[in-house]
Amino acid sequence: MSYNDNNSLTRRRFLQLGTLGTGALLLPLSTANAAPQKFRSSARIVIVGAGAAGLALASRLTASLEGADITLVDARREHFYQPGFTLVAAGIKPVDYPVSRTADYVPEGVRLVVEPVAEIDPESNRVTTESALRLDYDFLFVACGMQLDYAAIDGMDVRRIGSNGMGSIYHSPQGAHATWLEMSRFADRGGVAVLQRPDTEMKCAGAPLKYTFIVEDYLTRRGTRAHSQVIYNSNNQALFSVPIVSEKVRMLYRERNIQMNYDRTLQAIDLDRRIATFSSPQGKVQLEYDFINVIPPMKAPDVVRNSPLPWQTGAWANEGWMEVDRGTLRHVRYPNVFGIGDIAGVPKGKTAASVKWQVPVAIEHLLADISDKPTDALYTGYTSCPLITRLGQAMLIEFDYENNLMPSFPGLVAPLEELWVSWVMKTMGLKPTYISMLRGRA
Amino acid sequence: MSELDPIVLLAVFQEMLGAPLLWLLIILGIITPLAFIALLLRERRLVASRMFYSQTVGLLGGGLALVLMARVSSSGFTDAGGPADWLLIGLIFGLGLVGTTLMLYSIAGWAQALRRAGHHRPSE
Repeated sequence: MSYNDNNSLTRRRFLQLGTLGTGALLLPLSTANAAPQKFRSSARIVIVGAGAAGLALASRLTASLEGADITLVDARREHFYQPGFTLVAAGIKPVDYPVSRTADYVPEGVRLVVEPVAEIDPESNRVTTESALRLDYDFLFVACGMQLDYAAIDGMDVRRIGSNGMGSIYHSPQGAHATWLEMSRFADRGGVAVLQRPDTEMKCAGAPLKYTFIVEDYLTRRGTRAHSQVIYNSNNQALFSVPIVSEKVRMLYRERNIQMNYDRTLQAIDLDRRIATFSSPQGKVQLEYDFINVIPPMKAPDVVRNSPLPWQTGAWANEGWMEVDRGTLRHVRYPNVFGIGDIAGVPKGKTAASVKWQVPVAIEHLLADISDKPTDALYTGYTSCPLITRLGQAMLIEFDYENNLMPSFPGLVAPLEELWVSWVMKTMGLKPTYISMLRGRA
Repeated sequence: MSELDPIVLLAVFQEMLGAPLLWLLIILGIITPLAFIALLLRERRLVASRMFYSQTVGLLGGGLALVLMARVSSSGFTDAGGPADWLLIGLIFGLGLVGTTLMLYSIAGWAQALRRAGHHRPSE
């Protein structure tokens, strides 16, 4: 049926125009989505760790290689979206927000071995699991992340996270949630909040600062700020490794009356009497606290420390990070081994955003090996930190190895400006982007 | 972020909203302006009273869009910091206003048109 008046639109013509219009919109999307050229290879690739880096590697390798034998090894069935821990600890997201299942992201054709790795032997090109399963490889990606060394703090007991003023947001989603509840109780009463960071490399060096801002904001919102103290203890002479950011944070802390101590390292804690003992150039310093967020020293997992993979000399030999080239992520002594993510012994780069940039670079170099065509892909140290400065605002801080700021939205989203849009990115945009990265789509 | 690839953006929004809601929004976003344009072409004018009514309710739509945004991003209403924030607030309000206006105008207009067509149908 159509209206056949002279000038009016017939239904059929309208539908035709609509379809054309929609098609025109979708055409550029479909051509851009053409699958990248796949390399034929029967290489055996083992990926140790199915976290952010491991899963992103598996997805992209599957998309780039035809016929390769890819094995993922990770003992934990749950996948943690770790950037979400801060939001849970801030009471913004529920305890299950960071939790999903590793199996949901493992691509077709990739073998998932759900076991701990017992030994990595790059001399023999072999990874052995706890059940003595031997995985021989042509290429190895170590993406096992790091371990939290709570034992290094005398008196610390992770079972007491969330009680008597002690919290620890890094421990686990449950730990972050318990920390939130305890912090909230503290904010209702007020008192002395002690925040710190370890003297080792750590994942997300911004999180200790973010939580300090968040605690201060809650005290203000609950009306208990006036009789409270917020004390941040840095492990060295700065608040952050990027000088311009460190200065900005210093100025913000100063505005908000957050006390700053430098060269302090948490050595011991008395969980009953609520006393934190720090080492400092002046000797031992004790701080009484009503609330403390304990961030432990961090180091490489034992399986890497017990292998020849870590730096043998220098600043990272003690902590056990892998000796990789900072631009290619390729191991310096074992060219068929790569270290991606938190385990990589590179300056900066222990964030999910760094993984997003490291993964394609490492894969380019693997493909270069397989195809004998060189590549000049380089990871320049990109690290991103949406630094929450109060509920509802954050500074989107991005930088490279040389401490240059590298804003993604220059002119629009200023890096050193407290903005709502940056908060929106953190609360709405980051997790979907992260999940897309796991699936190899971002 | 390295580059703002439209495919990546689509993947991220799909992850955020889920495929059904994303496609529903896209379809709505395409159908609404098309229905509006078709109505304009058909009536060959803008019906002022209908537009006025639609715009008035559209203002509410803009406000609701901001409330929705605050909810899904766990924000308050005093979080605006710099110019980029006002830009986003304006964009969201504008999208809500324009979308609601076009939708109401189109629905009202087409409902009227189809009712008239029913009255004028030639007897069988």
